[in-house]
Amino acid sequence: MTALESQSLVTDELLVQLKGIAKLYKKGKEQVKVLSNLDLDIHRGDFLALMGPSGSGKTTLLNLLGGLDKPSSGELIIGGQRLDQMSSSQLTKWRARHVGFIFQFYNLMPVLTAEKNVELPLLLTNLSSKERKHHVAAALELVGLSNRAKHYPSELSGGQEQRVAIARALVSDPDLLLCDEPTGDLDRATADEILALLQTLNQQQQKTIIMVTHDPRAADHARHILHMDKGALVNDGRTTHAEH
Amino acid sequence: MYYLQFLLSNLGRKKVRTILTLLSIMIAFLLFGLLRSLAAAFDQGAEIAGEDRLISINKISLIQPLPEAYLAKVQALDGVDKATSANWFGGYYQEAKNQFPQFPVVADDYFDIYSNMISLPPEQMKAWKSNRIGVVIGEGLVKRFNWKIGDRIPLIGLFPREDGSTTWEFVVEGIYETKSKSADVNTMLMHYDYFDEARQYAKGTLGWLVIRVKDPKQAVQVATAVDALFSNSPAETKTSSEKEFAKSFAKQFGDIGLITTLILGAVFFTMLLVAGNTMAQSFRERIPELAILKTLGFSDRAVMIMVLMEAIAISLIGGLAGLLLAKLMITGAAVSMASTLPGLNLSGVMMLVGVGLMLAFGVLTGFIPALQGLRLNIVTALRRR
Repeated sequence: MTALESQSLVTDELLVQLKGIAKLYKKGKEQVKVLSNLDLDIHRGDFLALMGPSGSGKTTLLNLLGGLDKPSSGELIIGGQRLDQMSSSQLTKWRARHVGFIFQFYNLMPVLTAEKNVELPLLLTNLSSKERKHHVAAALELVGLSNRAKHYPSELSGGQEQRVAIARALVSDPDLLLCDEPTGDLDRATADEILALLQTLNQQQQKTIIMVTHDPRAADHARHILHMDKGALVNDGRTTHAEH
Repeated sequence: MYYLQFLLSNLGRKKVRTILTLLSIMIAFLLFGLLRSLAAAFDQGAEIAGEDRLISINKISLIQPLPEAYLAKVQALDGVDKATSANWFGGYYQEAKNQFPQFPVVADDYFDIYSNMISLPPEQMKAWKSNRIGVVIGEGLVKRFNWKIGDRIPLIGLFPREDGSTTWEFVVEGIYETKSKSADVNTMLMHYDYFDEARQYAKGTLGWLVIRVKDPKQAVQVATAVDALFSNSPAETKTSSEKEFAKSFAKQFGDIGLITTLILGAVFFTMLLVAGNTMAQSFRERIPELAILKTLGFSDRAVMIMVLMEAIAISLIGGLAGLLLAKLMITGAAVSMASTLPGLNLSGVMMLVGVGLMLAFGVLTGFIPALQGLRLNIVTALRRR
């Protein structure tokens, strides 16, 4: 698939809409503005890389998009639902159904095998044990780790751990995959494998992916690159097309 | 099933720490089982005592006797259904360590007044009554000394016989049956007439009176009437319900209940601090993992329950091991201590109380970590990674 063809998979349907989003944190008696007046539209099927220096607000934006935090002001709409108006428990339920997270340090449960780690999000569904096992096997196969299902995280390489984390993020079939420096802890070759896997998921599974990264080579795997600085989108939120 | 595996996997995360915590909880509940069983055995006299029976002893002390004539006077009082007596024989079999209760009594009266607790087959009663040196014994003594009906039993008595000898010879004529699990099976009953006639001194005296009242509601009035009857006499009486008497008898050894409660209180308080600290430490180490669970969509309450369940599981595993060990030890000790402490047993009710304590202990030690789990802020917790 060429870059042009892959881009055509991005639909016209808006999955994420940010309107005038701001986020303030209290630091002692002072208020620190981490995000200010952010407007952004993301289409379903997009693969977006968020870049910028440390403290530019990338992770804060990712936390808002994942329903881990709430904006101080503005409208945050994902899949037609107003996240900024949801209560904490509503956000918890929303996360379980609509979003998968991939972290820099994998964040797997060390006491659980790969398959049990992947099964975790499915415990929040009504699937039977048999159905859960079927989904887990499919997710592990998708990331190429069927033969490592019974292994504990300590018995896996960094790349394999990240693949398990991707399988865990995918297993409940979320609308949105949020990746926070997914290759930050990996060597170049392994990082490329993980990025290729994310690309495949975007192109073949039509997963909408938003990835925070410092690494320009990682960002090159995305369809679009968005730059942030001091809590704002650089160039008024206009995106750069990545070269595939 | 998944959650159970997850819970057990978490317990196995730091094996040495978990084993040490389990051991300390196990020791606490082992002590609980042993001490509460001991206290219950001391208190058992009070538990089995009938509400309609009064015990009258010499006001000075239990070891001071009462004149034999008191019995008829008490029997004649209003409200008294029946009265009998018993004495302390205080003997042992072969060696001083082989002690057990022996009471000289009036056969028919004694079995009548304790008819709710013990009975004797009529033919054995007949045989016993027809043999002056005959005795009846409980099943516990049969098992302990392999005695059987017809055996001649020499006892070394507290009271010397008229010829100066302290050796008393008896013949087993019957084995009484108990109607309650908690009734004493280690007692030997002998004829008061023979005992009184053969002993060297203190003839014509009784150890204590056992009085059955017509109406348990009148027990206090009857007791007051008995004591009033003998007030200002050389042998004033102190009459109380059998339950009170049993309690005060047990208290001769000290307030066992209070002592065990104080010891257990200190043990559990210390354990609470130790296990609570361990749980808190375990929780702190896993804050990022709990944050991940919340990120995946597990609710605040679900995370709180997981933390709490872990504390309760540790408490239950350690506690049950301790209680089972206590049960084994008590069962073993009950046989060898049957004479000195009859009824030594870790009862089902006590086991249930133990399980209740385990649950409470788990909730208490897990409460603060669970609350922290409930309030855990995902963004802050993930930043600690």
